[in-house]
Amino acid sequence: MSAGVLLALVLLIALSGYFVGRARSLKVAGGAIADLHSLPSYYGLYIALWVGVPCVFLVLIWLFLEPIIVEALVLTNIPGYDAMTGAERQLSLATIRNLAAGIGRSDTVAPDMLVAAERYTGLLSASAWMLFAAGMALAAGTLAVTYRHIAPRMRARNRVERIIRFLLVLCSIIAILTTVGIVLSLLFESLRFFARVPPTEFLFGLQWSPQTALRADQAGSSGAFGMIPLFAGTMLIGAIAMLVAVPIGLTAAIYLSDYAPPAVRATVKPIMEILAGIPTVVYGFFAILTVAPVVRDLGLLLGVDASANSALAAGVVMGIMIVPFVSSLSDDVINAVPQAMREGSYGLGATKSETIRLVILPAALPGIVGAVLLAVSRAIGETMIVVMAAGLGANLTVNPFQAVTTVTVQIATLLVGDQEFDSPKTLSVFALGLVLFTVTLCLNIVALRVVRKYREKYE
Amino acid sequence: MAKRALHGVTCEIIENEVLALIGPSGCGKSTFLRCLNRMNDTIDICRVEGRITLDGQDIHHRDLDVVQLRARVGMVFQKPNPFPKSIYDNIAYGPRIHGLCSGTDEMDSVVHRSLERAGLWTEVKDRLKEPGTGLSGGQQQRLCIARAIAVSPEVILMDEPCSALDPIATAHIEELIDELRENFTIVIVTHNMQQAARVSQKTAFFHLGNLVEHNLTGELFTNPKDERTQGYITGRYG
Repeated sequence: MSAGVLLALVLLIALSGYFVGRARSLKVAGGAIADLHSLPSYYGLYIALWVGVPCVFLVLIWLFLEPIIVEALVLTNIPGYDAMTGAERQLSLATIRNLAAGIGRSDTVAPDMLVAAERYTGLLSASAWMLFAAGMALAAGTLAVTYRHIAPRMRARNRVERIIRFLLVLCSIIAILTTVGIVLSLLFESLRFFARVPPTEFLFGLQWSPQTALRADQAGSSGAFGMIPLFAGTMLIGAIAMLVAVPIGLTAAIYLSDYAPPAVRATVKPIMEILAGIPTVVYGFFAILTVAPVVRDLGLLLGVDASANSALAAGVVMGIMIVPFVSSLSDDVINAVPQAMREGSYGLGATKSETIRLVILPAALPGIVGAVLLAVSRAIGETMIVVMAAGLGANLTVNPFQAVTTVTVQIATLLVGDQEFDSPKTLSVFALGLVLFTVTLCLNIVALRVVRKYREKYE
Repeated sequence: MAKRALHGVTCEIIENEVLALIGPSGCGKSTFLRCLNRMNDTIDICRVEGRITLDGQDIHHRDLDVVQLRARVGMVFQKPNPFPKSIYDNIAYGPRIHGLCSGTDEMDSVVHRSLERAGLWTEVKDRLKEPGTGLSGGQQQRLCIARAIAVSPEVILMDEPCSALDPIATAHIEELIDELRENFTIVIVTHNMQQAARVSQKTAFFHLGNLVEHNLTGELFTNPKDERTQGYITGRYG
């Protein structure tokens, strides 16, 4: 009996519990809803939640503990368990799992293993039945107890709301814990990396060439893990993207919100939002096939050292990609500035452009900064366009016509294909991720402070 | 389909007098007021016919810039709408965009004078750098009046300036209107007939888009010519 079936059954019981609770509350009130403390549906919900929620938790906890306990039970019964190393234990466990699944059965398999495999299967099915029995017992028990609780003076609404609040808190805790977990895993894997490569070399090194020789006799570079070129590349491309996106996006937003007739606005805005829906891969080949050659020719025309892949091509296309973010969000923010502000300004004899420059934009500034910030984090995190159009060479340059590479591109290329996770080459990915995370976090904090300081509040 | 809000209104507004516009909700008094500084231009679907003259000059004439018109005919709104800027910048906004002041000292004195005339100076003189939105409702409305005065208009239009205020703040504003009459021509829309009687010299009664009666305030309230006016001021409808 699988956990899925159990959950479906519990759901069914909870649903019927809802109707039972409603009917029961009406019955104890003698049909007069006014005599009840809460509406009948709250009594139903009270039962349904008490039946459903604990069972879901039971299943989750069970599924979490089951493999740990079952595997421990199986392994400790194998002869010679105490003498095994950790790796050997993992190996025998994998063999047992395979045998239980019917893979790799042959005459050469040790009889101990076959016994263990059978034991493993037996334990699993026993556990499933136990879970089923426990779940049904829990559901039936809570149903019976809560059913007897129902009385006209029972404050079902307050209790239901308390349960709901508990669930809300739980969901936000899950979100926070996930974030914390990701950050911690980044941190610990980064520490493993820093055990091999000193942090100073990583943070201040000017060379990035992560390819290392796999065997002692192999020819290969020794590996250099200085992140400055990657960071500089990220900043360069991000800056170019913002130089493109902010002016275009902001002016488009101003036009849409204050100048465009309603009909134009109603058509242009959705079209701009389509731009946001184009997959970044498509932007990527647009960048490499269309924009990059133009940029290279332009560079040669200007007499600058220009390569086929360039930061400029990637940055410009990335800027185009985030225009809709800036414009759509800014447009909403500008629209949210009360009409009374505009009228007040017009009433003093201000022109439209004076009103927008001196009243509307300052009032909308916090939201605009927020929009730009969102765009910046998109730009820093963007990978596909840069992989295609900016190149892979970690050059330390501010010449936008040169190929550069970014943090995200390096992370992607280092993890493509099969990798072993104990070499500095792959572990460096976590350190890069940590740096990226720190940078965006700092950006957010700085922007929040700026917004709070310069915000002009309107009622 | 847009609806016609005003029908053939003819009305003279005399210099340095307060004209009160009264009438039931939706009778067109605010629309009429907003015609006087072409504020209705900001509404896309609005169309105005007829002639409005300021000192004999047609305000819809091609040669007249609507921006200059609004500098001469200022406006105070129903709900106080100070800009989300400091008190000082709220007042200085108009003079700045019209280039009325050449230096900081001159601007300081314009701000001082305007706040003083609006009766707000003593209350805010130590907090000019604080946001105007932090003032109380009555103070905000006086700030808006000061902001309108700072541009030195000839006419000030007030659209129910006291409807969001308590009686004390209302009394302040009413005194202020009486003082401002010396230098400005004022047109005020109000739902409060006592207020109209207190502050105005002339009163105009609007009903369903028509100007029903326009007379000296005392005359209109004590001896209305039209029975609709009679009905409205005695509270039979509206």
